[in-house]
Amino acid sequence: MNTGPLALSLAGAAVVAALASAASGLLATRWPRTLSWLAFPLLALCGAAALAAGLLALAGASTTTAILPLGLPWLPWHVRLDPLSGVFLLILGVVLVPVAIYGPGYTRVFRNGRDSLAALGVFSGLFVTGMLGVLLADDAFLFMVAWELMSLASYFLVTFQHEVAEYRRAAFLYLLMAHIAGLAILLAFGVLAARGGSFAFAVMRSHPPDALWASVAFALALLGFGTKAGLLPLHLWLPEAHPAAPSHISALMSAVMLKVAVYGFIRVVFELLGPPQWGWGVTLVLVGAVTAVVGVLFALQQTDLKRLLAYSSVENLGIVFLALGLALIFLGSGHPALAALALMAALYQALNHALLKGLLFLGAGAVLHGAHERNLDRLGGLQRRMPRTGLCFLIGCMGMAALPPLNGFVSEWLTFQAALQAWQLGSGLLRILVPVAAAALALTAALGAAAFVRAYGSAFLGRARTRHVRRAHEVGAGMRLAQALLVAACAAAALLPTTVVGLFASVTRQLTGAGLDQAGSRGWLWLTPIAPNVASYAPVPILLVLALLGGSLVWALRPSRQAPVRRADPWDCGYAPPTPRMQYSAAGFAQPIRRVFAMVYALDEDTDAATATHRLLVRDRLWGWLYAPLGAGLDRVADFARRAQTGHVRRYLSWSLITLLVLLWIIS
Amino acid sequence: MDHFLNPLAHALSALLQPLLLLAAAPLLVAWIRRVKARLQNRRGAPLLQPYRDLRKLFAKEAVVARTASPLFRAAPYLVFAATLVAAGTLPLLSLRLPSTAVADAIALIGLLGLARFLLVLAGLDAGTPFGGMGASREMLVSTFAEPALLLVVFTLAMTAHSTNLASMVQTTLNAGLVLRPSYLFALAALLLVAIAECGRIPVDNPATHLELTMIHEGMLLEYSGRHLALMEWAAQLKLALFAALIVDLFLPWGIAAGFAPGALARAALALALKLGVLGALLALAETVLAKMRLFRVPGFLNLAFLLALLGLLSHVILEAAT
Repeated sequence: MNTGPLALSLAGAAVVAALASAASGLLATRWPRTLSWLAFPLLALCGAAALAAGLLALAGASTTTAILPLGLPWLPWHVRLDPLSGVFLLILGVVLVPVAIYGPGYTRVFRNGRDSLAALGVFSGLFVTGMLGVLLADDAFLFMVAWELMSLASYFLVTFQHEVAEYRRAAFLYLLMAHIAGLAILLAFGVLAARGGSFAFAVMRSHPPDALWASVAFALALLGFGTKAGLLPLHLWLPEAHPAAPSHISALMSAVMLKVAVYGFIRVVFELLGPPQWGWGVTLVLVGAVTAVVGVLFALQQTDLKRLLAYSSVENLGIVFLALGLALIFLGSGHPALAALALMAALYQALNHALLKGLLFLGAGAVLHGAHERNLDRLGGLQRRMPRTGLCFLIGCMGMAALPPLNGFVSEWLTFQAALQAWQLGSGLLRILVPVAAAALALTAALGAAAFVRAYGSAFLGRARTRHVRRAHEVGAGMRLAQALLVAACAAAALLPTTVVGLFASVTRQLTGAGLDQAGSRGWLWLTPIAPNVASYAPVPILLVLALLGGSLVWALRPSRQAPVRRADPWDCGYAPPTPRMQYSAAGFAQPIRRVFAMVYALDEDTDAATATHRLLVRDRLWGWLYAPLGAGLDRVADFARRAQTGHVRRYLSWSLITLLVLLWIIS
Repeated sequence: MDHFLNPLAHALSALLQPLLLLAAAPLLVAWIRRVKARLQNRRGAPLLQPYRDLRKLFAKEAVVARTASPLFRAAPYLVFAATLVAAGTLPLLSLRLPSTAVADAIALIGLLGLARFLLVLAGLDAGTPFGGMGASREMLVSTFAEPALLLVVFTLAMTAHSTNLASMVQTTLNAGLVLRPSYLFALAALLLVAIAECGRIPVDNPATHLELTMIHEGMLLEYSGRHLALMEWAAQLKLALFAALIVDLFLPWGIAAGFAPGALARAALALALKLGVLGALLALAETVLAKMRLFRVPGFLNLAFLLALLGLLSHVILEAAT
């Protein structure tokens, strides 16, 4: 049975539900409660439909196209659902459903605030519509329309709490960068459309540009999609904008929107550019490795929980692009099976990051909701106040730290396995580069573990550092259910790697011509991506043995009369009892690493002995190196252009006349 | 080559090899202490002393800080279990170990990372300054040690074309005595990493009782009774695990291919001999070296990282044709 048409109609239903959610958001101006019982349920419906459509497209490995009676007269909108869109629809759906369940509880506090709930509802719906449109578009025109809808709607969501100057500034930076990105993508499509003379992707596929123009289009696509995905050095908007939005929107932006950028990049580079060149792969590996290491180094120094998560997104997208670069290198040097492995690692990493970052942003939102605080140096001890949120957050942190048997480890392991196959490459340069990239990835993983130990340890363990955090409360059932759903999804991705790999294999077959045929050769329990004797990994036995061993130890060592458990004050060295202020702060925890990697950070630090205060600002050096000079240069150009603008009508008329004369001269 | 001829023997092998290492771990620590004492002209404690300490701790009451969360009480069990599972993937006496297919060398490092993650969180849990200090320093050390360890594994996996530990050992055995430059670099790196990971001098001092200099002990400061016993035993197991890892990856000669009793006995003797020599070397190093300042440690581990990277590059440049 061909499930393609059904999948495409489900995706269409998802778009309609998202638009209906946006329309129903308008009602919130009069009746704020409609947001909770109309707009969010419609979003959940949209997520469920997208999830089903993605699963169907993947399971059926089908490609379905349709032409909509919308768009320009000579260019109706083409839509298409194939396994690649299916993966990202799956990611969108699996995050959107929990977000929609979480939303009503989280937005309740805004009902009595000054911020417009209608704006939140309308732009959330439009944001999701835009993302769905990008995933379904099969021509450059619809793609760009949906892309800009996604960017603009998310701009309004970032500026939701517009009375905070910092958020307005973040939103403006975001808008600016989104426009640069949009421009670069538009130019890339221009290059691609030149050969076939059409903006439809089908024509572009059959008329790939020649090698030089393909490289130009690659550079433009990397600039455009890389800006949206937060690659270095274009990442600075991301840690500003993602924390500014309400937490469930931050979850959507980090978990889904960044993946939509990855989707666009894969679509253009693996499908539309023609035969891949390994030089592109080298570029991606270098950019990805630098992005990952710098991203995690900055994540380690943030004291704002949401900024920390945003920088960790930069790191993870770096890893995704690194794996994509490996895929291009293998594809360009004629190893499609290895390219399939690397591409699988990239897609798995994208899925894992979406699940984990969705979970962690919802957890950060719960912390903000329950403790009214997101600064790690003022939080503490929340595990005892918010036990369920704490447990979910701990699982998210362990997944992010890529620890077995959690899901983050699977994708990291696959990336390592792909990199370890570098010995099959012919070029000595590549054989050196790929293992060095793997070394950078190993460093990233270790630093990531430190960053998430610090995040969880400072916020949830120890003692509350401020009075209002001491009175934190657990969040409501809906918000807890949303986190539990994401934990369940993480567990599925962690324990059933062969199922996920089997689903995603239709994408690698579509893009590289090779599936991972060996991956399940020993049964569903064992993930053997290359061959059973090369490498295998089985998370279920690990988890079972851990649980069995831990359980039997707990039973064997249960408290008895001879050896009870007694509660006492912590050890005070025989002096005064320790106070919460004497705990290691989050800034202090990261100080050794800050000192070792001092050359990466622009540190602004001073201590005032008289008032016993210490001030620390960790900024990105790129502000001073790249952004500030660019901004100043732009200002100078604008100043120069202003000389033409004198305010005299005579001058303006003469400009018009001169322009007219020049144009006439050109025509004649 | 069918690995699944005799399920019972394989199950026993997967069960007994880690338990053997677990049982021998305190003995190795006692041996190191004994050699160290002799080198310092002391008599030293009897070889059974660590077992007695563990028995005593298991029988005592456990004191838990009032400020600690449930994680504090769960952590010792999980840390112990994760370290034991990691040890279970390491072939000790026989190469026929089905658990090498469950978790390869990368997953082994991941499992050790899991144990450390929980240990560090437990250190932060009571909210005391020493716990935080130990936690922060442990993460500094692991940030540099873990990538170096992974690179060592990569270097050997590139030669063996496999990350399965049994296959890696088999490759080394098949190759015979070949002097590979990449192995020399990797061995040097692994020795440095093992010292740092196990908290030995010159990175950390396992015998210290001065709170300000502690790393591992700092995180355990709040533990007592059975919790402390599990944590101590896990640390001893980790030391034995690293020694066994060095033996497996670089000096595997003597390990049995199957389950023949004679071969197993020879393997046990060879392993005891090799671990004994490694332990004595560690004791010697700890006697002649002094503990480093904390901020010299990244330099020490960067050396390990660079050595491992050199090993990887020399494999790619010099040995890739083989």
